[in-house]
Amino acid sequence: MKLLTKISLVGCLLFGANVVIADEFTQETVDEAHAEFMSVVEKGRGLFVDPNLGSNGVVCAQCHPNGANTHPETYPKFQKQLGKVAPLWEMVNWCIRNPLEGMELDADDPDMAAIQAYIHYERRGVALAPGKK
Amino acid sequence: MTSRRNFIKKAGVLAAGSALPLSVVELSHANTEDNFTFAFISDSHIQQIKGNQFVQNWDRGLQRAVAEANLLDPKPDFIMYGGDIAQIGTAAEIDHGLEIMSALRGKTHYVMGEHDYYLDLGEHWSKRLGDQYYSFDHKGVHFVVLNSIVTTEEWTNKWSSGEERMGVMAGLDDPRGSPFMVGDVQRAWLEKDLKAIDDATPIVVFSHSPLQKLFANWNFWTDDAEQIQAILGRFDNVNVFYGHVHQIQYNQIGNIKFHSAMATAWPWPYPNSYAQATNYMPKLTVPMNRADPFFERDATGWQFIDIHSGKADLQYILPDNDDRKLAYNKDTGRPEDTQYQVKQKASQKHY
Repeated sequence: MKLLTKISLVGCLLFGANVVIADEFTQETVDEAHAEFMSVVEKGRGLFVDPNLGSNGVVCAQCHPNGANTHPETYPKFQKQLGKVAPLWEMVNWCIRNPLEGMELDADDPDMAAIQAYIHYERRGVALAPGKK
Repeated sequence: MTSRRNFIKKAGVLAAGSALPLSVVELSHANTEDNFTFAFISDSHIQQIKGNQFVQNWDRGLQRAVAEANLLDPKPDFIMYGGDIAQIGTAAEIDHGLEIMSALRGKTHYVMGEHDYYLDLGEHWSKRLGDQYYSFDHKGVHFVVLNSIVTTEEWTNKWSSGEERMGVMAGLDDPRGSPFMVGDVQRAWLEKDLKAIDDATPIVVFSHSPLQKLFANWNFWTDDAEQIQAILGRFDNVNVFYGHVHQIQYNQIGNIKFHSAMATAWPWPYPNSYAQATNYMPKLTVPMNRADPFFERDATGWQFIDIHSGKADLQYILPDNDDRKLAYNKDTGRPEDTQYQVKQKASQKHY
């Protein structure tokens, strides 16, 4: 059995995948990237429930449990009230400014990246639909 | 009916500048003099910033509901509050909420919500408002109020402080939370309370969480729901009204009709908009419209209820949307939306 397994494994590698495997990412590399991503997702979750993100103690998750109703798959999209096509981070800032009565984050602020990572992670598996109302 | 239309007109004028949430329920009887209405306000989540500063957005939602409820014509027989008057349940928050509520003209009954409870296990709430579960009779209808948001003693006692416990339970999506339940003590009390009540007497039950299992992740759920439904099973007419979900929901299970209240504070997404978990939302429910984030009162509201012959018609007062009306449909024997279900008007899709 062991020999058969080995033969079939080699068979897969040589013929099954039919691709060059030399430059494929190792599992270690994949795991490392995932761990880095998840640490930022967790930071984003922390910000989502952080009463100090704004000025009045209101947190993102009060209106958006599990990041729901944020529709990250629909951005960028036209926001009538902004009069333009806006990326997700502009709407995050809208919420920080209004219900949270806080100071906007820069587009490239690591906290903004973390908030978006969390929102996207909770929405994983949903097909992209840019511009969808 | 005419006078209720008058009310809506007045509310419309009031609502021109901003939006106010409210609902009314009516129960009917064979004797029309026994018909009556009550107002139903819920989930204001009054939130203290510090000292005498409170989140204005949530204050305004409750203030608007109170102002509109005072305009009701005919005047409702009483007002129900569906729970979560506070956000983290401090004395300051509960007192501030009750101060806003004190402008209401009429007797008010209160339901306990988890945001009122888990800091001090309802101590301050009870000091101000009395029993956490009770019943009363009004014009031939038996009303029952349950505290449906308690949970196991093990979970309740495992935290280092009330603040920590409340911090966890106040997060709707916090995975460290615990399922709500009515529990053995109140179920035994309920059976005893209903013992002498005739099957034909209309029963109205108020709870904070739905006495049905809709979505576990956000506690749109009561763990012993089936046992309570079984206790209520022998009555001809049962209506359950609940808060907690911050959205329009209605359902029918056997003889029991379920209706939710809008929040005065903020709306919640429907469970189907969280892609990572399954839900058991009632097929009967036509959802409310999606909230416009640019309008702070949108998708909040309050309701008034007509009670007639043990049936309930429920009017949702929505600041930035057409009002919604649920009425008992004699032909189908279930509560239906008078526009969206009966006239087949298309409702907005949530995703």
